Amino acid sequence: MSAIEPHDPTLRSVQFRREREATWRQLEDMLARVHDKGLGGLAAEELATLPHLYRSSLSSLSVARAISLDRALTDYLESLVARAYVVVYGSRERARTRIAEFVRWRFPAAVRAARWHLLLSLVFTLAGAVVAFEMVSQDSDSYYLFVDGSMASGRDPSAPTSELRDGLYDDQDFNHGLTYFATQLFDNNSRVGILAFALGFLAGLPTVFLLFHNGLVLGAFAALYDSRGLSVDLWGWLLPHGVTELLAVLLCGAAGFLLAHALVFPGAEPRGDVLRRRGRQAAEIVLGAVMMLFIAGLIEGIFRQTVTSLTVRYGVAAATALWWIVYLGWVGRARARLEGTPWR
Amino acid sequence: MAVAPVARYLDRRGGGARRREIVTPEGIPIQFTLASIGERVTALVIDIAIILATVFGAVLVASVASPGKDEWISALALLLITLSRHFYFAFFEIRGHGATPGKRAAGIRVIDARGGSLETSAVLARNLVRELELWMPVTFLVASQLVWPDAPVWMWIAASGWLLVVALLPLFNKDNLRVGDLIGGTLVVVQPRVQLRADLADTRAAAAQQVKVAVNAARRAPAAGPSYAFSEAQLEVYGIYELQVLEGLLRGEAADVGAVTAVAEKIRAKLEYAERVPVGGDEVFLADFYTALRAHLEKRLLFGKRREDKHDRKR
Repeated sequence: MSAIEPHDPTLRSVQFRREREATWRQLEDMLARVHDKGLGGLAAEELATLPHLYRSSLSSLSVARAISLDRALTDYLESLVARAYVVVYGSRERARTRIAEFVRWRFPAAVRAARWHLLLSLVFTLAGAVVAFEMVSQDSDSYYLFVDGSMASGRDPSAPTSELRDGLYDDQDFNHGLTYFATQLFDNNSRVGILAFALGFLAGLPTVFLLFHNGLVLGAFAALYDSRGLSVDLWGWLLPHGVTELLAVLLCGAAGFLLAHALVFPGAEPRGDVLRRRGRQAAEIVLGAVMMLFIAGLIEGIFRQTVTSLTVRYGVAAATALWWIVYLGWVGRARARLEGTPWR
Repeated sequence: MAVAPVARYLDRRGGGARRREIVTPEGIPIQFTLASIGERVTALVIDIAIILATVFGAVLVASVASPGKDEWISALALLLITLSRHFYFAFFEIRGHGATPGKRAAGIRVIDARGGSLETSAVLARNLVRELELWMPVTFLVASQLVWPDAPVWMWIAASGWLLVVALLPLFNKDNLRVGDLIGGTLVVVQPRVQLRADLADTRAAAAQQVKVAVNAARRAPAAGPSYAFSEAQLEVYGIYELQVLEGLLRGEAADVGAVTAVAEKIRAKLEYAERVPVGGDEVFLADFYTALRAHLEKRLLFGKRREDKHDRKR
C-alpha cells in the first residue's frame, strides 16, 4: 500500500479559481449595480466590458464543469452566468431604435407575411355583412337580432329618416362628450382586437365568430340606412375613421388566424416552434393594429362633428385607404428582404 | 442515517424537477430554476397594485389640478386603464431585462425558452394574451353584467369554467407555462444570488479569509501539510456524489451536530482506516479526506474518467 501525497497545493481546480476569481468578482459587482439602478448604474466603459466579462465567466463555467468538483464553485458560476446572461441578452437595442424599426419595416413585413390570413379575416367579415344586409333588407325587424338597443342609441328601424340623417351630421347623444366617447371606442376596439388575436389560441373558432359578428353589425347598419336612401351619407360618416378602424380589426383577426394555423396545421416542424414563431409575428401585427386604432380614435375625435362636408369626408377616407395600402403593401420591402424572417 | 439531511439538501438544489437547461448563443448550456406559482402570483399582485395606484393617483391629481373638467378626467382615466392593461407588463419586461417591478420584488424574470435574446415580439406576445388569461376572467367573475348582460346561468357557468381552464393552465404543465408563455416561447425563472464560498481544498484561501468551516484552521499552521494520508485503494471507494455530500457536511449544512463524528466513523470503517484519530479530530480527518478525495477524483476527471458515485464501477 503506497501512501500518496493527498494535499496537492497545485490542485488544478484551486489554481484555476485563484487565477479567474477577480474577473468573476468584477462581473458580480457590476451585476449588483445593474440590479439596483439598471444599466444606468454602469459607466460607459464598464458597459462595454460587460459582454466580455460575461463570455469569460461563461467559459470559466464550462472549464469548472470539466475540471472542478467543488460544488460551491460551480453553483456560484451557474448563478453568476445566468444573471449576466439575462442582462446581456435581455434587450439589445434602445427603445427608440426598436420603435423606429417596427414602424419602418417590421410591422408592414409582418402584415405582408400574413396576407392570406388577412384575406380570411376579410372573407368572414364580409360574409357577416352580406348575411345581415340581406336579412335586414327583407325584414327590418331582424335588425334587432344583430344590434342590441344600448349600442344603437336610437339608430334603429323605428327612428324617422330625418333623425337618422341628423345623427350622421350632428351627434348629440354622448353622455360624456366627444373626447370620452372616442377614448371609450379606442378602449373597446383595442380590447376586441386583442381578444380576436388571443382567441386564435382556441383553434381560431372564436376569432371567426368575432369577425362574423362584427360584419353582422356593419351589414345591419348598412341595410337600415340603405332602406332610407342614406347610404352615401352613412359611408361618409363611417369611413374617415372606419377605414383605419376596420382594417385594424381585420389585422387582429389575421393575427388570431396565424396562431390557429400554427396550432392546427403546424406542418413538419414541432408545434411549439411554429407557435412561437407565428405568435411573435402575430404579436407585432396586434401592436401595429392597436396603434392604428389609436389613430382611428384621433380621426374620429376630430372629424365626427366638425367636418360635415361629404366631399371632405370621402376625401379623408380615400386618403387613409391609399396610405394604408401603400404603407402595408410596400414600405420596408427591401429591408425585409435583407433581414429575412425576423421571427425566430 | 446522519448523512441523509445533507443528501436531501443536495437533491433539492441539484437536478431537481424544477431545473431547466437552456443553451446560450455561445453554445454553452446554463441552468435555471423555474419560478413557483406562488412567486408568480406575488409578482402579479404587486404589479396590479402598482397599476391601480398609478391610475387612482393620476385621477386624483388631475381632479385637484383642474376641477370641473369631468369629461377630460374620465377620458384620461380610461386611456390610462386601457394602455396599462395592455402594455404595462410588456413595457417593463422589455426595459427591465425581463422583469416588471413586481417580478423584481418577487425575484423572478422572463427568459427566452430556447436561450436566445429576449425579443420584443416575444414579450409582446406573452403579455397581449393576458387580455384573455387575466383581465377577461377577472372582469367576468367580478362584474359579469358588464361583459355579457342577461346571459343565461348555464352559459355563465360554462364561460367561467372555460376561462378558469385557460387561466389555470400553468398548474397543469411541467414548465408552469401559461398561454402567453406558449405563444411567446418564454419561461419564468427565479434568480437567486449565490455567494462564492471558500474552497475547502485551498487551505491558503481558507486561512486568509478566516472562513469558519468545520476545519479548524487556527489549530493548524496554514502552510502545514495534511495530518492524515490515504492510500490509492482507499480513495477508490467513493465517487463524486459522496464527495459533494461530504462538502455539504463540512460547510455545516447538516442540521445534526453529531453528524460529523458519525460520518467520520462510517468512512473509517468503510476504508478500513488503520491510523488512530484522537477524540475531537474527526473534523480534521474529514477535511483531509475531502481534499485527498477531490484531488484524486479531479485527476481522474482530467483523464476523462468521471466516477459519479460509489456504485459507479466502470474504469
